[in-house]
Amino acid sequence: MSASVTALRPAATATEPLRRFLQVARGAGLRVSAAEGIDAARAVDIVGYADRAILKDTLGLILAKTPEEKDIYEEAFDLYFKRDEFAAKDDEDEQRGPGERAGPGQNQQGGEGMGGSGGQSLGQLLESDDRVAMATAMEAAAREAGIENIRFFTQKNLYARRILDRMGLRQVERDIEALRQTGTPEGLGRGQFLEGKVDQLRDSVRDFVERNLILFAKGETEKFREELLKSARLSNLERRDMDRMRVLVRQMAKKLAARYAKTRRRRLRGQLDIRRTMRRNMGWGGIPFITVWKQKRIEKPRVMVLCDVSGSVSAMSQFLLMFLYALNEALKDIRSFAFAGSLIEVSEILEREPVEQAITKIMELIGFGSSNYGNSLADFADGWMKHVTNKTTVIILGDARGNRTDPRTEIMSELSSRSKRIIWLNPEFRSAWGTGDSDMYRYAPFCNLVTVCNTLRHLERAISDILEDAT
Amino acid sequence: MNDVLPMGQSPLLSIAEVDAGLGAAGYISNSQISTAIYMAHHLQKPILVEGPAGVGKTELAKSVATWMKLPLIRMQCYEGLDESKALYEWKYGKQLLYTQILKDKIGSVISDTDNLAEALNKLHDFGDIFFSKNFLEPRPLLRALEEPGGAVLLIDEIDKSDQEFEAFLLEILSDFQVTIPEIGTVSAITPPIVLLTSNSTRDLGDALKRRCLHLHIGFPDEKLEARIIASRVPGIDARLLKQLVSFVQQLRGMDLKKLPSVSETIDWAKVMVLMHTSVLEVDLVRDTLNVLLKFEADIEAANKQIAGLTHKARQDAGIAA
Repeated sequence: MSASVTALRPAATATEPLRRFLQVARGAGLRVSAAEGIDAARAVDIVGYADRAILKDTLGLILAKTPEEKDIYEEAFDLYFKRDEFAAKDDEDEQRGPGERAGPGQNQQGGEGMGGSGGQSLGQLLESDDRVAMATAMEAAAREAGIENIRFFTQKNLYARRILDRMGLRQVERDIEALRQTGTPEGLGRGQFLEGKVDQLRDSVRDFVERNLILFAKGETEKFREELLKSARLSNLERRDMDRMRVLVRQMAKKLAARYAKTRRRRLRGQLDIRRTMRRNMGWGGIPFITVWKQKRIEKPRVMVLCDVSGSVSAMSQFLLMFLYALNEALKDIRSFAFAGSLIEVSEILEREPVEQAITKIMELIGFGSSNYGNSLADFADGWMKHVTNKTTVIILGDARGNRTDPRTEIMSELSSRSKRIIWLNPEFRSAWGTGDSDMYRYAPFCNLVTVCNTLRHLERAISDILEDAT
Repeated sequence: MNDVLPMGQSPLLSIAEVDAGLGAAGYISNSQISTAIYMAHHLQKPILVEGPAGVGKTELAKSVATWMKLPLIRMQCYEGLDESKALYEWKYGKQLLYTQILKDKIGSVISDTDNLAEALNKLHDFGDIFFSKNFLEPRPLLRALEEPGGAVLLIDEIDKSDQEFEAFLLEILSDFQVTIPEIGTVSAITPPIVLLTSNSTRDLGDALKRRCLHLHIGFPDEKLEARIIASRVPGIDARLLKQLVSFVQQLRGMDLKKLPSVSETIDWAKVMVLMHTSVLEVDLVRDTLNVLLKFEADIEAANKQIAGLTHKARQDAGIAA
């Protein structure tokens, strides 16, 4: 505890390990801004490195800002500060006693440029079996080799080789060769001993590189994968990507919501509402003690979503619903309907339960029957047409393939005249529209917008349009 | 901003001291909470406290204020809150009243002028009087800045306010100053300790989060909860305490709409003490379950397992069934 109140250390000694940790944290997926980096440095100045638990709590306050980030942070912290570099340092600190306790940054200087610790050659190091010195040397060599730039697992061998080279493996190999050439039993014995040590060293370096790969590259690979997912066709997604998709959808929705979340009323400062001011101040004989300012109402869009949940379209529907419900803040009244052969309202199920479970429940309710658009539209007209007002945006998601049933376009026509607008999202490519049993072109005239929508990016764009027009 | 307050004068010498101080104020802290308060003071940064309802977010601010003997200034956020309610407002009525009263005076002041331009010039010199501090009604944020000895500013449930208001807070949170167009920039005399709480009903902006230390208070573990209850409900029987805590902890493991929080456990403990209970009985638990659970569906779900939960709680407390 005493270390936490010792006076400020010079910042220079403290920043190096912290700077590398910030890099690790960013790599692990935390968004650490420059300002937060500075805060972290100031915080470390105050608490110091001595007490790991306090350091962990402290940096956690500054670097991780959501429960998910806290988890990531804790993992990264443990990985980073449990590495040999720091373990070794603690040992040294204890050996030296408290008087000479040095900031972790200082110790590294010995190793730099030499590729070895304290001027010892790799051969000497191997023979002395000094694990601490070895770890320090490895750490220094790794820094020279630029280990923090490792991004892909294919680079593992490359970096392992570089580190070994920098530690002076070539020289040791030459030494072994020379020992073998001597032919004396003593020389051969030493050669073999060294060879065994070199093998051990190789293993530990490989291990070391692997740990660093996890540390530095995790965020990169995930970013890469996410980019891929955003433009992948949703019907082709694999099960294992679902979790990640859910997170992505939530992120995108949050971004959109933040952009469009507006208060419903906005004061027009400086414009007096004379009529209402007079009214409010009648009691004072018209002297305007209380002023009333003009206000503007901003409507949040009301949305009705009709989702085809038959067969291939269901994957898309699931994401659309997920998206909309994540957007709750920016939207008012979302009412959702699912249809295949017939149509039911599912808003309540979706509100009550997490979307994934809700979707399975909906599937159970109306199942995978073959879709009948005419019938479903008629159901909608019977039950809910009266709720459609000129403020309602109707989104229909489906492939418009009604299995050659009557498309009932007259209902669409009524819907289009009652509603603010109709947007049709079709997961099929444009070239497939109108082929076979597709009634897309028969519905299209009644829609304000018909668009292909089969990836997350499409979905984001479509929803962003909906929000934009509403303001 | 960068300099740290002289150590000798502040009561926040070490994290352990924060721990003890909060304890004396009746708040059982853990290392993370204490570290947060300590860092908030030394880095002069606000703390954003998140966590489920009823784990003691607001209580933390109150305890800090009690312990440091600073005034607690609380601002409850809600939809539609704006700067005239949060920061300052002109005392419009007073301004109007004064102009009415001073009408004659004004007449005499400008009576010796020859033309309109001169009269206006003369009035300009007086004009600023009506937009001075005398006519300023300070609201919580301004009051916190003007408190000479510092204060604890609690901005409660920031997630309930609008996004625009969040942006408005940024200036005060990062520099402890606000700009009032008519007067100028008001800086804090002593930077207050600022705590913002949020129940995560909406995600807060990154800009706000970046300026704050982020503290997440979750449900406490069994030991901590027992300590909290013991300090809040003095005179509770140790064995009853054990049973209560064990029961609530088990409830939190269930799939419920709203999990019981520490504040609910405290209420429940108080009920039990009032009823002079020392051993949990199934019937009694059933009758008082509505203290812990606030949804009909949750109570129903818990009702089915009450016997098992009570039995386990008794076992944990070492009471034979």
